[in-house]
Amino acid sequence: MKAACWYGKQKIDVVNVAEPRLLNRHDAIVRITTTAICGSDLHLYNGVVPTMERGDILGHEFMGEVIHVGSDVRRVKSGDRVVVAFPISCGQCFSCQHGAFSHCENSNPNAWIAEKMLGHSPAGIFGYSHMTGGFAGGQAQYVRVPFADVGTMKVPETLEDEQVLFLSDIFPTGYMAAENCNIQNGDTVAVWGCGPVGQFAIRSAFMLGAERVIGIDSVPARLKMARDGRAETINFQESDVYDALMDMTGGRGPDSCIDAVGMEAHAPAMIGWYDRVKQLLMMETDRPFALRQAIMACRNGGTVSVPGVYAGWIDKFPAGAMMNKAITIKTGQTHAQRYMRPLLERIQSGQIDPSFVITHRLRLDDAPRGYDMFNHRDGCIKVVMKPWS
Amino acid sequence: MAPEQTLEYPTPPIRAEAVPPTLPRGGEMREKEVQPEHRPATPWETDAHAAATALGLFSIGLGAAEIIFPRAIAGWLGIRRRQILLRALGAREIATGIGLLSGRGRATWLWSRVLGDAIDLGLLAAASQLRHAKSRRIAAVSAAVAAVTAGDVVASIRASHRAVHTRQSITVNASPETAYQFWRCLQNLPRFMRHVELVRPEGERRSHWVVSGPGGLRLEWDAELTDDQPNRLLAWRSLPGSPVRHVGSVEFERAPGERGTVVRAEVEYAPPAGRLGSKIATLLGRDPSQELREDLRRFKQLLETGEIITTEGQPAGRSQGTSWRYDATVRGEREYVRF
Repeated sequence: MKAACWYGKQKIDVVNVAEPRLLNRHDAIVRITTTAICGSDLHLYNGVVPTMERGDILGHEFMGEVIHVGSDVRRVKSGDRVVVAFPISCGQCFSCQHGAFSHCENSNPNAWIAEKMLGHSPAGIFGYSHMTGGFAGGQAQYVRVPFADVGTMKVPETLEDEQVLFLSDIFPTGYMAAENCNIQNGDTVAVWGCGPVGQFAIRSAFMLGAERVIGIDSVPARLKMARDGRAETINFQESDVYDALMDMTGGRGPDSCIDAVGMEAHAPAMIGWYDRVKQLLMMETDRPFALRQAIMACRNGGTVSVPGVYAGWIDKFPAGAMMNKAITIKTGQTHAQRYMRPLLERIQSGQIDPSFVITHRLRLDDAPRGYDMFNHRDGCIKVVMKPWS
Repeated sequence: MAPEQTLEYPTPPIRAEAVPPTLPRGGEMREKEVQPEHRPATPWETDAHAAATALGLFSIGLGAAEIIFPRAIAGWLGIRRRQILLRALGAREIATGIGLLSGRGRATWLWSRVLGDAIDLGLLAAASQLRHAKSRRIAAVSAAVAAVTAGDVVASIRASHRAVHTRQSITVNASPETAYQFWRCLQNLPRFMRHVELVRPEGERRSHWVVSGPGGLRLEWDAELTDDQPNRLLAWRSLPGSPVRHVGSVEFERAPGERGTVVRAEVEYAPPAGRLGSKIATLLGRDPSQELREDLRRFKQLLETGEIITTEGQPAGRSQGTSWRYDATVRGEREYVRF
């Protein structure tokens, strides 16, 4: 089968690999009909996530048709059309049973690596480095889905692939970011980064009762899409973000701030990985701009929600602002399985059509070009790919 | 309840209130560094430590004498104009002494003392041939050095045979009863202990163990349960005559708030006294506590999900589906990348 594989920094190739087979009794094999490149895949593309290995199959946003199931799979069967959640979750451990699917305690065979880096390990994730399990991803024609009963959701035939595909990651991620803001009716929410997750965070904030949402970015196409979603916008290259926000909110500051940018706010924040890298990056640590700005701009007693990916350490964290202003910080990898069904209902009832975010439709063979365009950002917000055309 | 409902995964309510504000730390594992105050050192270990300290201090004293009074020593032995050599030997002694007192790589430093002793004896033999040599004094010193050498050899062998002792814990989403029963069926152990190939129960308390290690190492022994408190504790040890002295125990403790069971395991492997060249140190790989941690993780997976998740056999754009560097746990390798 064809699969998009990682071969180093900014080096993606579509190559022929073996087809996946059932390895565990809770596995399913899915024939992928649509797959996407996630913003977090760009961290892999740019080589800032450690424990990647040449030949790793990328991709954690995909959907398709179940063609095989293992002997212990009960809820899904061959022929089902499913969306697959990006975290791999067993459904049986303490975390899963409390809805914290992205903290599954049993799905990461390489948990020891993550424990060394983070203290505790997150769940396994498709196609996202060996620290999160080294699982083959879904930018391919087929994929193996472990714990298929928990990780897949059947989708109705009435909805197109493009309408439900983003239930796998970015729609739940944007939604959880907004939910973490604990939005009260009438609140103002500021969103740093108007990439795909930021776009869903903007729309989710409105769904959850925000009165004003302010999107912050520098890419005109992204700002326009944010305005299409009823947000006001700030171009951070044209105006000072803090001043603009204070002006817009009468000096009070946004009630909640969302950092949908993460560690590559034009700078990696993986300090401390290898000592040498650490030293090298120490010169560049002034870059968790979004998080710092969010904490500084947030109103007293407000909430800063962080869906953006961080992997290591950051420098010059504004602890004084956080403490004196009584800021609540909420974050985490998305517990995608928790949100898939309720958000599907919102799509079915017409509250949102997630396909608005798509700007480019490619064949899987064009994955290298897709990564390159997405990485250059301008005009490219979301790339979806068809593995069979 | 209809069967389908029991299979349906419950989707928790979407608002954040569904989740407790602070998720208790479930399933976590903590490596407990075994501190001397937590565990009384075995007499064997105490001896080795005392011997290394004494030899370290002796080395530093002798080295200092050689560096400060080379002329007097040389004169006494009748080997004039060898002061620079004596000072070099003194420096060697001091370096070894500091190494021994540092507590790291004790066995290596002790063996380096044995090597140094051999050099000293050789030099003394050469010195006795010199024209003005005081043969009797050199013979006496040689005898003393030989005695020290014997002590060094004994200490080195002992230090090379240190026991491997490690302790780990994990929280399992199951009752103490379930966890205990799974472990008490000793034939289950090979399902989650990677280095254990087979455990065959032989009667109520006895069992036969087959254990494999790197490089084709394969050892067998008989063990007995030394303590068996249902749903609480199991302890076992190898019987006399085993190629390995193995002691192990596992405790099952109900986690606070009915959140499963805390499983604490402790194992020790030691070579029998007086046997050289044992591969026990490599039995559990370079990182025994990591190995035990992975064993417990597999125990948890089996109990909670009924299987052990793997990536072995998956596709990738390279010759093997898994990574040689990072996927040691699924590849069955015992070397872990150092971070």
